[in-house]
Amino acid sequence: MSRVVGPRSGDAIFASVERVNAELFTLTYGAIVRQLLTDLEEVDEVNKQLDQMGYNIGIRLIDEFLAKSNVTRCVDFRETAEVIAKVGFKMFLGVTASVTNWDADGTCCSIVLEDNPLVDFVELPDTCQGLYYCNILSGVIRGALEMVSPL
Amino acid sequence: MMYMFNRNGVCLFYREWNRPLRTLNPQQDHKLMFGLLFSLKSLTAKMDPTSAEKGNLGVPQLPGQGCSFHSFRTNTYKLSFMESPSGIKIILVTHPRTGDLREALKYIYNLYVEYVAKNPVYAPGTPIKCELFNTNLDQYVRSIS
Repeated sequence: MSRVVGPRSGDAIFASVERVNAELFTLTYGAIVRQLLTDLEEVDEVNKQLDQMGYNIGIRLIDEFLAKSNVTRCVDFRETAEVIAKVGFKMFLGVTASVTNWDADGTCCSIVLEDNPLVDFVELPDTCQGLYYCNILSGVIRGALEMVSPL
Repeated sequence: MMYMFNRNGVCLFYREWNRPLRTLNPQQDHKLMFGLLFSLKSLTAKMDPTSAEKGNLGVPQLPGQGCSFHSFRTNTYKLSFMESPSGIKIILVTHPRTGDLREALKYIYNLYVEYVAKNPVYAPGTPIKCELFNTNLDQYVRSIS
């Protein structure tokens, strides 16, 4: 007889995976963005590059997420957004996000991170207006969702 | 023996530990296996007496949606199958008296995540050629058989 295991909560998994120092993570990410800005100089290019990097991370991350968290397939977009915000972000970044701003169709929402570890100690100068500093996160979500999409 | 496929039917991994008879060349073998699983999944979902919603026959099913089969047994072997929502399929062919291998398949999926998904030199969608993965897999299989 096999037990059916339900989805594990983000906290439980976060406690069981290996973690790196938060400041190291923040500073490394800051250094990456800084270097990209120096190399590419165009804010749009940097945004695109961050998105691409996030995409490459996302297509691999999804397997780790599925293996560790035992979630079953989400039936609609609302559930998907909830799972990403509550389980996904908790598991990988240790912070919980909240889902807000649902539009009338239920096709568009905002995922808000209260204390985003990527932006600790960061200030954007005026020359970088229009830079999506956390674009890597949107790339990760894009990559991960593409691997579980019906196509 | 063990097969691993991705969502497009590319055979990512094949390993045999005890296979006395080989009838087809490897390419045909992989295609046959993938086709078999695809059809079986479709069939089992359509024949499900408990589910209300069914598409037309032939419409591809999303991995994880509806009911999914996990093993079948003949008089000479037992085939166990697991599919992740991202389309990674793991198949184990063992002797007929093996117990339920679902936990084992999940463990192998975790191994895959550790050694392959996290491997920076692995390109997703290509066959797996990672020594660490092979070694750990062999160790695990010996420990459960």
